[in-house]
Amino acid sequence: MPVDLATVRRIARLAHIAISDAEAPTLQVELNAILTFVEALEAVDVTGVEPMTSVTPMKLPMREDVVTDGEIETQVLANAPLAEDGFFVVPKVVE
Amino acid sequence: METELSDLTDLTLAEARDGLKAKRFSSRELTEAHLQAMARAKGLNAYIVETPDQALAMAKASDAKLAAGNAGPLEGLPIGVKDLYATNGVHTQACSRILNGFKPTYESTVTAHLWRDGAVMLGKLNMDEFAMGSSTETSCYGPAASPWLPPNWSAEKARAALAGDKRGLLTPGGSSGGSAAAVAARLCLAATATDTGGSIRQPAAVTGTAGIKPTYGRCSRWGIVAFASSLDQAGPLARTVRDCAIMLGSMAGHDPKDSTCVDRPVPNYEAAIGASIKGLTIGIPREYRLDGMNPEIEALWRRGAEWLRAAGAKVVDVSLPNTRHALPAYYIVAPAEASSNLARYDGVRYGLREPGGDIVELYENTRAKGFGAEVRRRLMIGTYVLSAGYYDAYYVRAQKIRTLIKRDFEIAFADGVDAILAPATPSPAFGIGEKGSADPVEMYLNDVFTVTVNMAGLPGLVAAAGKSSEGLPLGLQLIGRPFDEETLFSLGHAIEEAAGRAPFPEPWWG
Repeated sequence: MPVDLATVRRIARLAHIAISDAEAPTLQVELNAILTFVEALEAVDVTGVEPMTSVTPMKLPMREDVVTDGEIETQVLANAPLAEDGFFVVPKVVE
Repeated sequence: METELSDLTDLTLAEARDGLKAKRFSSRELTEAHLQAMARAKGLNAYIVETPDQALAMAKASDAKLAAGNAGPLEGLPIGVKDLYATNGVHTQACSRILNGFKPTYESTVTAHLWRDGAVMLGKLNMDEFAMGSSTETSCYGPAASPWLPPNWSAEKARAALAGDKRGLLTPGGSSGGSAAAVAARLCLAATATDTGGSIRQPAAVTGTAGIKPTYGRCSRWGIVAFASSLDQAGPLARTVRDCAIMLGSMAGHDPKDSTCVDRPVPNYEAAIGASIKGLTIGIPREYRLDGMNPEIEALWRRGAEWLRAAGAKVVDVSLPNTRHALPAYYIVAPAEASSNLARYDGVRYGLREPGGDIVELYENTRAKGFGAEVRRRLMIGTYVLSAGYYDAYYVRAQKIRTLIKRDFEIAFADGVDAILAPATPSPAFGIGEKGSADPVEMYLNDVFTVTVNMAGLPGLVAAAGKSSEGLPLGLQLIGRPFDEETLFSLGHAIEEAAGRAPFPEPWWG
């Protein structure tokens, strides 16, 4: 089913992508083109079919519950746009 | 006899390996020849970063190992790396603005395997942003151009276009378009690539090169920028099927850091090259014969089946009834997984950061500025199909359809089919700026023959199989049983042999 402009804005908010009022109608057309394309799937009979959860039949490997990594603070922060005293810096979150 | 430096770039990976072993030239000479070719080919925009100092240092180390007699399987062989692979201390950006300036402090498992085996890194290769695209046009570095001239174009006209916006030149496909362009233009002996919906096989087909998407789990995904985790798989692009076999032998292998990477021995893939294909059963899936199909592609497909029959294989019709659902289901599953994977790019830990009044504004501004139009579209579609109220109708339904697609293949293989022969692309290479500007779905249709393989987790190989009437390369696709890459290498080599090895274009680009 096609999305309206309000839905386009809601999706953008959920996806954390800022969109301008001018962009919204173009995005609406593009998203609806894709949604129309996938609409054909509604007609497929999937009664009793299990959704795929693993591409290859394999058991999730388990390992010892021990620390295998760490003490790499400088590496973790090496690419930070803004870091201070060993922390990532972000705008104030708590007033 | 002295080997001319320019000739060194025309060697296949296997020939270069044998030449190094026989001491006909050094890795330094081989590497320098490639660096010179790269310097002349900057207009193609295949490499977005060149690493000559690292290449020469690696070549020097390889020459020492070759002299000492303890060379690895890829010792001294210069290759290119798709920008999706994390390379320690070297630019890794997935060709997205949002990863501006990112230099990983770690190495992807697959590239680590290649360096372990002696390969030499020439640089990072252009690609569609986050591997989302079929033409390399969504790259934040602009499109890569194919070294194949558009029909009836003079070298002068092409050079002028190369210096401008590249419109009208052919795309090398995508998303691994930089890899395919570099391999076809002899700017590396082979390249790493990745395939989520056809990103190795489509570029290989339209550039006359060879490529394989291995079985899901064959190569580690660790350190490769994630797009859709249940579909992504690493693989090689090279000028021959044999070269792909050599590359995959080094790239594959167990990695505890990727829980979906299988712990099973890596066969000697090169040994499968030249093996008899007598008695193998090849399935021709009738659902791949589409209405309005390009007659040249259909004729090529028929010719491919005849070649395999002539080499002793049995060719049978098979049915994969859910084929037509694969592409729409893919465009639900892939964006859904992408929207989850790409949530990590928020301007806090790495890459681009656009200021905002509060933390949410910072996220929203960073992601609006950092992601290109195609990535934004897919993230929004993915967010929508996973959102409350739509999850079952879209995502769960698509995953059920995926089960049906996989079951189709399982039935065919259970009936005794050893491999499936199919077209690789709906057409030869198209032009830069030609597709998808008005309707994103137009570009998606490029994946129609390739996505089924990702949806089912199977291995798929593309080999060069001839030329269109206009002289553009065409490829054929072989789909195999899980972890039976060897059969694909044998069959792919047989197709390559039957088609005859056509020369790659002379360097008109510089």
